[in-house]
Amino acid sequence: MTTDPNPDPVASTDTPEESALAAAKTKGEGIVVCDACPVLCRIRPGKTGACDRYGNIEGKLARLDPFVVTQRTIDQEGRMVPFLEAPWNGEIVPGGGTFVTGIGAGTTYPDYKPAPFIVSAAVDGVDMITVVTEGIFSYCGVKAKIDTDRYVGPEQAAVRVGGEQVGHVTTAEYGSQMLSLGGVRHLTGGSKKEGVVTCETLLTLCNKGAVEMSVDGGAALTIQAGRPPVINGTAEERMRVGCGSATIGIFAKQWQGHADEVIVVDDHITGVLSEHQAGRFLDMRPAGIRVRGRKSTPGRYFQVANPGTGWGGTDIRDPLAIIEKIDPKAAWPGLRLLMVSTTGEHAAWFVLDEALRPQPAAMPAAIERVVERIGENCEPALTTVLFMAGAGGSLRAGVTENPVQLTRSVRRALTRVTSGGAPVFIWPGGGITYMVDITTMPDNSFGYVPTPAIVGPIEFTMTRASYAALGGHMDCIRPVESIRAVERVKAIPWSPANPWPLKPPAGEA
Amino acid sequence: MTVQASLLPGGRRLHLNHGPIDAVIEGWGEPREVRAAYDQAIAAFNGVLPTLVKELTILRWPLSETAPVVQGVVARRMVAACWPFRNSFITPMAAVAGAVADHLLTAMLAGRTLSRAYVNDGGDIAFHLAASERLACGVVGNVLAPAIDGKIELTADLPVRGIATSGAATKGTGGRSFSLGIADAVTVLARDAAAADAAATVIGNAVDLPGHPSVIRRPAFDIDPDSDLGGRQVTLAVGTLATTEIEIALTAGLAEAERQRQAGLIYGAVLTLQGRFLVCGDRSKMMQAA
Repeated sequence: MTTDPNPDPVASTDTPEESALAAAKTKGEGIVVCDACPVLCRIRPGKTGACDRYGNIEGKLARLDPFVVTQRTIDQEGRMVPFLEAPWNGEIVPGGGTFVTGIGAGTTYPDYKPAPFIVSAAVDGVDMITVVTEGIFSYCGVKAKIDTDRYVGPEQAAVRVGGEQVGHVTTAEYGSQMLSLGGVRHLTGGSKKEGVVTCETLLTLCNKGAVEMSVDGGAALTIQAGRPPVINGTAEERMRVGCGSATIGIFAKQWQGHADEVIVVDDHITGVLSEHQAGRFLDMRPAGIRVRGRKSTPGRYFQVANPGTGWGGTDIRDPLAIIEKIDPKAAWPGLRLLMVSTTGEHAAWFVLDEALRPQPAAMPAAIERVVERIGENCEPALTTVLFMAGAGGSLRAGVTENPVQLTRSVRRALTRVTSGGAPVFIWPGGGITYMVDITTMPDNSFGYVPTPAIVGPIEFTMTRASYAALGGHMDCIRPVESIRAVERVKAIPWSPANPWPLKPPAGEA
Repeated sequence: MTVQASLLPGGRRLHLNHGPIDAVIEGWGEPREVRAAYDQAIAAFNGVLPTLVKELTILRWPLSETAPVVQGVVARRMVAACWPFRNSFITPMAAVAGAVADHLLTAMLAGRTLSRAYVNDGGDIAFHLAASERLACGVVGNVLAPAIDGKIELTADLPVRGIATSGAATKGTGGRSFSLGIADAVTVLARDAAAADAAATVIGNAVDLPGHPSVIRRPAFDIDPDSDLGGRQVTLAVGTLATTEIEIALTAGLAEAERQRQAGLIYGAVLTLQGRFLVCGDRSKMMQAA
């Protein structure tokens, strides 16, 4: 019996064996060996490998995913016209309605060569230049915002996919939890497997897919851009209207006269109406119901329970458990008490009996309406995925011979940066570090290289004069109509929600 | 890069990809069972390509009277499925897609209760039907002009759990492999997908008009230097044929299909060429007009 030299076939699937790779690289006129998967296809010029995803284009291995251009159609009054009613025939309409995206454009690694496509289009009499490329990003990651009050895990906890750490839990934000995923330290700083799993995670999320992950000491999550997060198997429905204290502030007046006390249970800040500034302002009588936890300011309590998946993101199943004591000097028989969570998903109505013990009772219609309104004011809980990457490095050399000029041109708003045609947010400070909401980009905009690193589209648009001024590759400019000659071109409709990138930039001239 | 597993839009079908293998999987049953079955399919898929690659040289070798010794589970299915055809030219690669489909289906069903399931590996399909279940299958006569030309109703009582299609469309013209024949499509029903895959390849090779000037052929290695077909002339394009020529080519294929059916290798087949088709087997069960 022999031992398996590859006890972990998953981790090693894409590492071609040295001898196999060497054998595959034997003679053959113009043949390219594809090492994207273990098959190691030898591909003749103009042909594709077994998967039809990689091919030999003029002696080089190239990805053959379609190169995407987006198009908009405009009627005579300048309005966008949707053409989704009819299937798109793939023809590129001549004129100013075509924007060439970086999706499938390919890259020019190493970077000193001009970008794959530098195209010009006349827009309102101004010659606009768009430099189109796909960046290979080692410095990149995803910032994910998960709308939930449920406990996801402690800050700084490792986020894992298939056991590998791909990121960490970062700050809690309003009604949501932030995750930081990817980044150069997970992509290239850890084991090979960690890098590969991180790359797959980023790729799936950025291409709008779902990823299952777990948080050390926290929850199991399934997240997907634009969809409700699934936490420990439960799909989140609503984002809370505010913290417990804010909920008190928002609805105090609507409870007045219908309840003597309202306690809004919240893992962060639990609110108690009659003690709260809002209750005082309405001259409410102190009800003498003291909740557990640490008092912050009047009517606002921290840590009334442990984090969990019960009421308001706590581990509470029975809301009365957070009541520490009821002061017989202040409370009175018949006192009407509402306990409710920050999303209105949990609510209970109590009336104090002669012994000042809360007894469950039927909730009055007026109170029920306000509870429903809390729910109504909660927005649908979503996961949002922002891709963040730095184009401050050598990628700029594909645009200009003097890379810092591009950074300066972007700073001065002379050059517009887009990603797959979608608007990006550019961080102030050095380099071109940008974030983009991946749901505004065309589907499957992202790819990868086995380094591992993420391949993402990026376009720089500016006037011809600006391009010349920053030392652009003027001799490589081609008219947009010539893109039609690219066989693998794929035209998709422009998303009308995005600003049209070819509008001349508004920066200082 | 490595194995990719994702649910297709709609959330019901599982897509597995690794290198040249693309499989689409769907199961019906309790959601928990379906999910567990998908997990089992993903787990089984992980080692498939690297294991195949290790034995690729043997698997690309034509079969002769001595059975090659292979270790991989999928490789063994390939050899077994192609073995009955060793008297004509065939390599185990003829059944690779079907064998992968059978392997994944077997893995996903182990210990699971599903009413129906299929694994579609690039048109070669392994499926499962619990008692009295049925699966409707559309038949596309020409992959270059895809339309549902007919349908096959698969029922649990038929001795059929695999369906595979072979055609002359090559790489770059809509297909993924080579054929020595000229059929637009040969669809075969057999006991499993590997058997159907191998049989469809052999029947597809038999649908032919040797020496016809409208048929353009090239040595396989001119297109793919690693093709298991080596220097054999594979079909690149077929010009318009006369009706009688179509009948001659289809009849040649039908003879091979009928031989296989009587030998118990297949349950039936549908052969199409330039808008005409012939059926081997119980026509009432095999093909209904769409």
